[in-house]
Amino acid sequence: MNLATIYNIFIRDFRKQKKRITLTLVALAWGTISIMLLLGFGEGLHQQLSINRKGMGEGIVILWAGSTSLPYKGLPKGRELAFTADDIDYLKASMPELAEVGGEYSRWGVEVRHGNSVVSEHVTGITPNYETMRNHIPEMGSRMVNELDMQQKRRVAFLGDELKNRLFGDEDAIGKQIFIRGLPFTVIGVMQHKMQMSSYSGHDLNKVSIPLTTFEAVFGHRYLNNIIYVPTDLNNMAAIERRIYEVFSAKMRFDPDDDRAISVWDTVAGSREFTNILFGIKLFLGIIGGLTLLIAGVGVANIMYVSIKERTREIGIKMAVGGRKSYILAQFLIEAFIITFVGGFGGMAVSYILTEGFQRIPIESDVLDFMGRPTISLEIGLVVIGILGIMGLVSGLFPAMKAASVSPVESLRYE
Amino acid sequence: MIEMKELRKAYTTGKVEFEALKGIDLSIKHSEMVAVVGPSGSGKSTLMNIIGCLDVPTSGEYRLEDDPVNEMTSNQLADIRNKKIGFVFQAFNLLPYATAYENIEVPLLFARVSGKKRRERVNELLARVGLADKAGNKPTEMSGGEMQRTAIARSLANDPDLILADEPTGNLDSKSGGEIVKIFHELWSAGKTVIIITHDMNIAEQAQRIIRLKDGLVEGNGNLA
Repeated sequence: MNLATIYNIFIRDFRKQKKRITLTLVALAWGTISIMLLLGFGEGLHQQLSINRKGMGEGIVILWAGSTSLPYKGLPKGRELAFTADDIDYLKASMPELAEVGGEYSRWGVEVRHGNSVVSEHVTGITPNYETMRNHIPEMGSRMVNELDMQQKRRVAFLGDELKNRLFGDEDAIGKQIFIRGLPFTVIGVMQHKMQMSSYSGHDLNKVSIPLTTFEAVFGHRYLNNIIYVPTDLNNMAAIERRIYEVFSAKMRFDPDDDRAISVWDTVAGSREFTNILFGIKLFLGIIGGLTLLIAGVGVANIMYVSIKERTREIGIKMAVGGRKSYILAQFLIEAFIITFVGGFGGMAVSYILTEGFQRIPIESDVLDFMGRPTISLEIGLVVIGILGIMGLVSGLFPAMKAASVSPVESLRYE
Repeated sequence: MIEMKELRKAYTTGKVEFEALKGIDLSIKHSEMVAVVGPSGSGKSTLMNIIGCLDVPTSGEYRLEDDPVNEMTSNQLADIRNKKIGFVFQAFNLLPYATAYENIEVPLLFARVSGKKRRERVNELLARVGLADKAGNKPTEMSGGEMQRTAIARSLANDPDLILADEPTGNLDSKSGGEIVKIFHELWSAGKTVIIITHDMNIAEQAQRIIRLKDGLVEGNGNLA
């Protein structure tokens, strides 16, 4: 086989059959673009929802003290229980299987003032590990409440980003004073903007957080609103929960089987459910994508098939003037390969440009916060091109092989 | 040049078998000009296709320049069609998307003729059939006579000894047809073996010999020259 011959014939015919080749290219590129964008937006949604899901914190469990529903060691049922700040350290000391333990006081409708701006907002007293457990991530150049603040009961405040805007507008808040219940506090930090899809006491963006110890001193609360922990092993949640009941049962004196004594919100179990929903959405998009792929494939196959009548005569003519079967088939193969390559990767490139363009839309919008940014996957693209390429090849090459294996007379006669 | 003995060709359409050639004995010498005539369905085109190696016989022997065509591979047949035989069809059979120049070039590409030689040869052939000014025209931009002259030029590309023409004037008016016949005469004068299928007796009578086919058999084998 002579490669130069095949190349010469191929290049010449390729230039001559622009319309058919362009149509095939466009069909292939279009199929690739639609599927890549569809799945790309799906992936973006998935990623964004996963991020949003983590806004409240990742792998955390929230505990609330309840009231007993069973009598225990001579104590009657219906006894109100409550956590104190000591319980945080007690829990940490009793259960090495907990990576972090924190807790908070809460008070709604507290007057917070800066200059002429006065708001009535939610103030929480928190432990420093809320930075990682509850994603209270400070903006650049600011910080969260730390251990020293706790020890010295400093009057420092960490503001939710929206609350900061309400009090300060565009002005820098760090180091400025605000008045909580008339008492001066120094702003040490502003929370980085985050999407928060779930909450147990309002969204963090409108809260003022101060050190737990300062809160006790200012508001005189004795009981925590809730305790939060993160276990070291997320696969052992039920056993850890069981241990929580046993540990507090000893200290607060209630029946360890009394499930009303402590309410537990296991967000890990919730996120498993959430993962399933996300998987469902992706599966749905995948099915739509598969059907789109089929339509695109039929389009490519159709163009290939329609041109077969013309091409069968072409094969007959070429064989009649001395073309060997192998030359003719090689030409078809190269053509199919180039069309697949150019159309497929062209489609991928266009998809990439479109999604990049979409990501650069300079709009800060809640819708975009939820939809996420489309993300192109190279693997999906290659699979799509492979499937379309094979469909095109099969629908184009098999009839060509048939045409080239019969006598030239039969191919010339083909109508 | 051509020797055929007991040559048969049968076609099967569905369950019906049809025998187009029923035992042809034929001998054609070098530099002969032969006309093949006969009514429709007499097997003229089938015979021509077998002579031109476009089709293979069901049985019998066919030798082309003493080589047994029956025993050749499809690649050997392709090479013979490329270099030893020039075929001219009634329906021209030009590539519709290619210009006259490009159509004539195809056999040269398959014969791996280098670019410069290809260019020279195509231009020489275009001039020979009087189409030097139509090199860039596609078949749709040419008259029937011009298309047939392009096809003749293509058949001559690799300078074959044997020229086969299946009703070459069938789709042409008498003036264009006359020009085409004139070209075949010139080729014969230049030493080529020319075989023409026709039902136009005026053309047939210009040949040295007329072979009459009827019902798949050779009927007469007169020598008119």
